[in-house]
Amino acid sequence: MTTLEQSTVAKDRVSVPARASGKRPPWMEKPNPVTQAVKFLALVICVALVVIPFWSVIATSIADQTTINAAGGGMVMWPKGVTFSSYAAVLSGGVVTRAVVISVGITVVGTLLSLAATAGLAYWLSRPNALLGKPVLMLVLGAVLFSPGLIPTYLVVKQFNLLDSWWSLILPVLVNAFNVIVMRAFFQELPQELFESAAIDGASSATILFRIVLPLSKAVMAVIGLFYAVAYWNAFFNAMLYIQSTDKWPMALVLRTYVVNQTTIGGDQVSAEVLPPQLSLQMAILVIAIVPILVVYPFLQRHFAKGVMIGAVKG
Amino acid sequence: MLLLGIPGALALILFHYLPLLGNVIAFQDYQPYLGFTESEWVGFSNFAFLWNGNPEFLNALWNTLILTVIQTVLVFPVPLVLALLLNSLAGERLKRLLQSVFYLPHFLSWVIVVALFQQMLGNAGMLNTFLVQHDLPVLHIIGVPDLFKALVTSQAIWKDAGWGTIIFLAAISRIDQEQYEAAAVDGATAWQRLINITLPSLKGLFILLLILRLGSSLSVGFEQIILQQGPVGIQASEVLDTWVYNNGIIGGNWGISGAVGLFKGVVGVLLVVGANKLAHAFGERGVYEK
Repeated sequence: MTTLEQSTVAKDRVSVPARASGKRPPWMEKPNPVTQAVKFLALVICVALVVIPFWSVIATSIADQTTINAAGGGMVMWPKGVTFSSYAAVLSGGVVTRAVVISVGITVVGTLLSLAATAGLAYWLSRPNALLGKPVLMLVLGAVLFSPGLIPTYLVVKQFNLLDSWWSLILPVLVNAFNVIVMRAFFQELPQELFESAAIDGASSATILFRIVLPLSKAVMAVIGLFYAVAYWNAFFNAMLYIQSTDKWPMALVLRTYVVNQTTIGGDQVSAEVLPPQLSLQMAILVIAIVPILVVYPFLQRHFAKGVMIGAVKG
Repeated sequence: MLLLGIPGALALILFHYLPLLGNVIAFQDYQPYLGFTESEWVGFSNFAFLWNGNPEFLNALWNTLILTVIQTVLVFPVPLVLALLLNSLAGERLKRLLQSVFYLPHFLSWVIVVALFQQMLGNAGMLNTFLVQHDLPVLHIIGVPDLFKALVTSQAIWKDAGWGTIIFLAAISRIDQEQYEAAAVDGATAWQRLINITLPSLKGLFILLLILRLGSSLSVGFEQIILQQGPVGIQASEVLDTWVYNNGIIGGNWGISGAVGLFKGVVGVLLVVGANKLAHAFGERGVYEK
């Protein structure tokens, strides 16, 4: 469903309704205090359902042993004694530290390669009368419509000898066809006269791409880059399929093993003189997996609020 | 110009179209050491699960269909309700803030969502810690086969209901405000305006989303389910996607799993095309024009 999700992003700009001023139009009746209260309550509950899990995970990750014991060994809402020893333990060497480095590496390398491949393909398809433009466009559209199954994809990755290699987490998802279509639509809306005059002045297509198109497309590159980055950071399914050696695990597999399946974390996994409580360690791992998303989230949101992808839906 | 685009096109051909062709293994007795070219061709015998009534396949199909129905009935309308609720707020800044909160879970991976649910609702989770402290009986929610479908459904709502509001909010904001004004002047109450203006304006979008949902109706939350399959067992949790994974990748029955995968893909395409025809018959636009 990513395709649909991303196309909706384009329209969010218009989600500022006619009542943007926030004032009630003169024809609208005064809100009934009872209905207002019910609505307010419903929204407060919804917000609590989203916020409380985050809050208690963070609180438990920094709670000391006594606070956790006081909570009967369970989750904490308000840590009385605060300690960062579980973060120190998981981040000073061992399986979690390695997974963080691996996931950051895959995310950075993958996002850069994906952006380059997507922009290159989109630029090719955005030029009128490009060589092979029509068939390649059909190729991209076809990839949006038909997805190959799990088994054939796995066999192809295996055939290319990519099993248990980090490249198996990047190459099969290098290009998202829908992103190509969005970017192509964006490139097509740039003033074409710029390209023509540059071409007359003797600029090559590469020069036009790097000196004119890309500087004008920072916003769309940022959004699509962020979408790629979030997908690489979160990638679990492919990692589970393709990565076998424990020492190549990205964050998602560490999360599954030590947090979801609750495998005991011992001195072999983390380095600490006094092992912090299991629960704090687990929550610290969870927080580390969430933080990058929380950090890029405001940027993502600002961009999809700006609606840089308007016109994308035209394909 | 061509050179810049070639890596991207190559990636699509190698990892999208080659696997699409690789679906031929559905008609082969595929052996990894023989490869696509040398494996023996067996016609449609891999599809025997369709007419033999293979109990494991039927169980997976049954679970998939139940989850699809539950999720279409329960999960699908939640974003619409949430969007209407958000839209009825007057304060624009409050609305923005709430949107930021509600969109966030969409960007978390399933591993994180499953972990969060465990910590909240698990046997040693927050809810039960609270219950124990107040001398109340513990509620077993996670790892209980009977509650598995409810759990999966509530996770789907938690993760994506907020994100789903985007498209409805956008559509609501495009409704002509003069309609509301005229209706209000004629004495329509807020409720009547909702029923007679807002909902009918969203009908086309709703149908469009429903058709797309139908197309993916045989795929229900692969990552989400595979992560939680252990404690609840196959009977309650196996769906078609996990069946393909467990049989093919884990079990090595390549041909049969490939056949199920192909069956799923073909049914998905047929459902979209069929639903779209139906939408046209009722005078709606659907996903694509005739």
